[in-house]
Amino acid sequence: MSMMQNSDSFSEVQPERPWAKRPEEVRRSAIKFVVAAVLAMVVVRFTGMAGIDGWALVLLGTIVVATYVAARKLSGKDRKNALVAVGISALALLAFAPWLSILISVVTKGYQALHWTYLFNDMRVTTPDDELNMGGVGHAVVGSLIMVAIATVVTLPLGILSGIYLTEVRGRLTFLVRFIVQSMAGVPSIVAGLFVFTTVVQTMGEYSGIAGAAALSVLMLPTVSRTAEEVLKLVPDDLRNAGYALGARQWRTAFMVVLPTVKSGLITAGILGVARVIGETAPLLLTSLATNGFAINPFGGTLGSLPTYTFSLLQYGTEYAVARAWSGALVLLLIVFGLFTLARRLGRKK
Amino acid sequence: MAVEPEQSFLGLETRGAHAWFSAHHALANVSLKFPERTVTGLIGPSGCGKSTFIRLLNRMHEFIPGAAMAGQVLLNGKDIYAPEEDPAMVRLKIGMVFQKPNPFPAMTIRENVLAGIKLAHLQRDDHDSIVESCLTRAGLWKEVKDRLDASGGSLSGGQQQRLCIARSLAVEPEVLLMDEPCSALDPASTLRIEETIKELARKITVIIVTHNMQQASRVSDYCAFFLTDGGPGYLVEADDTRKIFTNPKDPRTADYVQGKFG
Amino acid sequence: MRVSDVLMEVPEKREMHVTYSRADRIFRRIVTAGALTSLIILGLIALFLVLRSAEVFRTFGVTYITGTEWNNAAFDPTIPVEFSIGPMLVGTIVVSLIAMVVAVPLSIGGALFIEFYAPRSIYKTLVSLLDLAAAIPSLVFGLWGIQVFTNIGIRWSNFLNDWFGWIPIFSVEFENFGRSPFIAGIVLGSMVVPITTSVAREVYSRTPRDLIDTCYALGSSKWGAIRAVVLPFGKSGVIGGAMLGLGRALGETVAVFLVLNLSFRYTYRILDSEGGNVASIIASKFGEATDFEIQALIAAGLVLFVLTLMVNMAASAIVQRSAGKVNR
Repeated sequence: MSMMQNSDSFSEVQPERPWAKRPEEVRRSAIKFVVAAVLAMVVVRFTGMAGIDGWALVLLGTIVVATYVAARKLSGKDRKNALVAVGISALALLAFAPWLSILISVVTKGYQALHWTYLFNDMRVTTPDDELNMGGVGHAVVGSLIMVAIATVVTLPLGILSGIYLTEVRGRLTFLVRFIVQSMAGVPSIVAGLFVFTTVVQTMGEYSGIAGAAALSVLMLPTVSRTAEEVLKLVPDDLRNAGYALGARQWRTAFMVVLPTVKSGLITAGILGVARVIGETAPLLLTSLATNGFAINPFGGTLGSLPTYTFSLLQYGTEYAVARAWSGALVLLLIVFGLFTLARRLGRKK
Repeated sequence: MAVEPEQSFLGLETRGAHAWFSAHHALANVSLKFPERTVTGLIGPSGCGKSTFIRLLNRMHEFIPGAAMAGQVLLNGKDIYAPEEDPAMVRLKIGMVFQKPNPFPAMTIRENVLAGIKLAHLQRDDHDSIVESCLTRAGLWKEVKDRLDASGGSLSGGQQQRLCIARSLAVEPEVLLMDEPCSALDPASTLRIEETIKELARKITVIIVTHNMQQASRVSDYCAFFLTDGGPGYLVEADDTRKIFTNPKDPRTADYVQGKFG
Repeated sequence: MRVSDVLMEVPEKREMHVTYSRADRIFRRIVTAGALTSLIILGLIALFLVLRSAEVFRTFGVTYITGTEWNNAAFDPTIPVEFSIGPMLVGTIVVSLIAMVVAVPLSIGGALFIEFYAPRSIYKTLVSLLDLAAAIPSLVFGLWGIQVFTNIGIRWSNFLNDWFGWIPIFSVEFENFGRSPFIAGIVLGSMVVPITTSVAREVYSRTPRDLIDTCYALGSSKWGAIRAVVLPFGKSGVIGGAMLGLGRALGETVAVFLVLNLSFRYTYRILDSEGGNVASIIASKFGEATDFEIQALIAAGLVLFVLTLMVNMAASAIVQRSAGKVNR
C-alpha cells in the first residue's frame, strides 16, 4: 500500500472517538439506575422511610449495591474506582442540596406575598397579620440602599488605596497590610455591630442609618481591599515601565495608566463588597434597627433595611408575617444575584 | 574621580559602567560612545548583560530592588546619575521601547500617542499634528489614520509595537532605547520596524538590543558585542557594523556573528 | 579583552535607590495612610472592646468565662447581678464543630466532583453556582433552617436517638429535638459548605496537570490519581479553607440564633433542644439590656473576637504556606 494519499481519500475519513461511551455502556448504566430506583421505591414502601431525604438515602444505598453488582467482573481497582465515583457524586449532591432547597423554598414561599406594589409600599399602616396584598418592602429596600451606598462611598476609595499600596507603592508594610486585611475579613459581624454601637450609637445617643453604614463599612472594607488587590495585580509591570520610560511620575502612572486599565475590575470589587454586606443582619440589629415606614434620614433615628425587615417579621412568627419574611428574603436574594451577574458581566468584558 | 564635561561629544556615553543585582555582578566596565543620529546594535548571547546595560542607560535598572551600579552614563557630557538629576526627566530625554508591545489598553490609538505628553505633564497645543507626525515617523499613519479612536489593543502585534514607538517619539526624546523590539513579531512586521528605525536615525540616536544577527547588520551603524564567561557580562569589542561582521578584532566575535555559538 | 582584564579595577559602587519627586512622596504618603485605615479600625475595635468590657472582667474574673448565670436583676432585685457565658462559649464550639463535621466531607466531595467528575460542559455553571451559593446571606440560611430544614432535622434526630441513643451525646432528656445544637450545626454547616468548597476547588484545580497525567500513564484509575496526587497536594490548602469556614461558623449570629434554643446550662446532649452560642446571646439579650449588661455583652463580643481572630490567623497562615508551596 502506498504511503501517498491524495486529498480525496481524506474526505472519506470520519472522525471517531473510540474513548467515548458506547451505546451498550450507556444502556447498562441506565438499567443500573432504573433497577436501583425501583429497588429504592420498594424499600421506601415497606420500611416507611419518610420525606425526600429518606428516599434519597435509600436510593444512594441501592445505587451503591447496583454499582457493586455491575462492577463485580472488574478488577478490584476498577470496582473501587466506580464506587468512589458514586460516593463523590453523592457528597457533591449533598453539598448542593441545601442551596437548591433554599432556592426552591425562597421562590415558592416568597412568591406568595409578592404583589405589584410590594416594592413600593411600606408597613406604616399595615400590620404583619394583614392580608398579603397590603404593605410592602419599599422602606426596607430604600433603607438598605442608603446604608450600602454610604458604606460603598467610604470603603471603595479606602479599598482601592489599600490595593494601590500593595501593588504600586509596595512599601515596607506590605506584609502587615495584607495580614490585617486578612484578619479583618474574619471579624464576626456582630462584633462589628458592637464596636459601632459603643462608638457611634452611644456617642450620638440614638440609633441611626449612619451607624448601620459604619458597621457595614467595617465588614465591606476587607472584601473590597482584597478584590482590588487581586485586580490590580493583573496589570502587567510592562505597562508601569512604559509609563516610567515616558518620563512619568509614579502617581501619574498609577492614576493615568494603571487605574484606567482595571476600571471595570475595581467596579467589580465594589459590587462584590455590596453583595457581601447587603444581607448582613446582626450588626444592623445593634445600630440602625428597623422601621415600619419610609425613612430616608441616615443621620438620626432608626432606618429600615431588608435584613432587619425579614428578621423581625420572622420573629413575629404568624403565618402572614412569615410569608412576608420569605418575600423579603426573595427580594434580598434577587438583589444579591443581580449584583453577582453584574460583576460577572463586567469581569467578562475585560 | 571627577570627569570634565566634554562639550565636544554629543550623544550618549558610558564610562566604566558596572551593574549589580544585589550581590550578583551582572555587568562589568562598559565604556561606549553612542554618537548622535546613529544606530548602535548591542549583540551577544543570552545573559551577557545587554538588557541590563540598556536599562542602565535610562535609569530603569534602579526599579529592581537591590540594584546597584558604578561608573558614569553621560548624555551630552552630563552624568544622568548625578544626584541633582531627576530620573523622570532623564527618561523623558532617553525613551525606551520594550520587548513585548505594550500599548495602554484603556486608551485609544490617539490617546496612546499622546500618553507621554499627558503623563509627563508637558504643555503642547498641536496635538493633532503630533499624532500625525509621530505615527508617520513610526510608519503607522497610513494604516490607522481612519481609526484613531479605536483601542490600541485592536491592532496587530507589529502595529502595536510601532504604536509604542510613536508613543515614545511624542515626547521628543534625544535617544531611543529598544530592547529586542522585534522578538515577539513576525518577519514582515520586523522588516517594517527596521525601516522605521533607519528613518528615526535621521533625527535621534537609537540603541537596539537584538539577538538577530541579520537585523543587527541591516539596521545598525555600529555594533557592540557583549559576552559572559559565567561571571559578569563585559564588552568584547565595539566597532563599525561592517567591520564587526567582516573583520572583527576578536576571534570570539567572529565565531558569534557566524553563528558558531550563542 | 578578557573579563579578568576588565575586572582589574572595579570603581566604587554608586548608591542606587528609586528617588521620588515631591508629588510622588505625597502620593505615596496618602496611599499608605489609606492602606493603614484597616489597621487603625482593627486596633480601635480591639481597644474599645477591651475598654468597655474591662469592668465586667474586673467584677467577675474567670467566672465570666466559666459560669452559668446570667441575671440582670431587672425584675427581681433580690437575685445578685451575675453575668457569665460558660455554656455559650462551649455551645459555640460544639455547634461549630458539628458544622465542620458536616461541611468538610461535603466540601471535599463537592470540590473533587466539580474538578474531576462533572461533565466539562457544566463545569463553568457549577463554579458560578458555587460563587452564588457563597453569597447567600446567612439570614436566608436561618430562615430556611427554621422553616424548612427543622422538620427534616427532627426526623434525623429521632433516627439517631432511636439507634444510637446509647451513645451519650445522642441521648436526650426530652424527646423534643427541635432547635438543638445538632440542627443548628447542620444549618451552619450548609452555610459554610460553599466557602470551604470554593477554597478546596481552587486548591485542587492548581494540581500540576503533568503529575495527574503521570499517574494515568502508569495505569492508575481516576481515584488512584486523585488519592496519589490531588489529595496530598491540596491537603494544607483544604485545611486552611476549613479553618476559614470554622472562623465564619464561630462568628455567625442569625443563622444560629434562629434555629437554636439558648440555655445557660452545660450539656453534652446535642439532640436536646438547648444549646449555647456567644454571638446569638449578644443578639438576644441586647434589646432589653441594662447598662452593665451591655458591658457584659461587649465582653462576650471581645471573647468572640479573640476566638475568631486566632482561628483566622491560623487559617491565613496555612493558606499562605500552601500558596507558597505552589509558587515554588
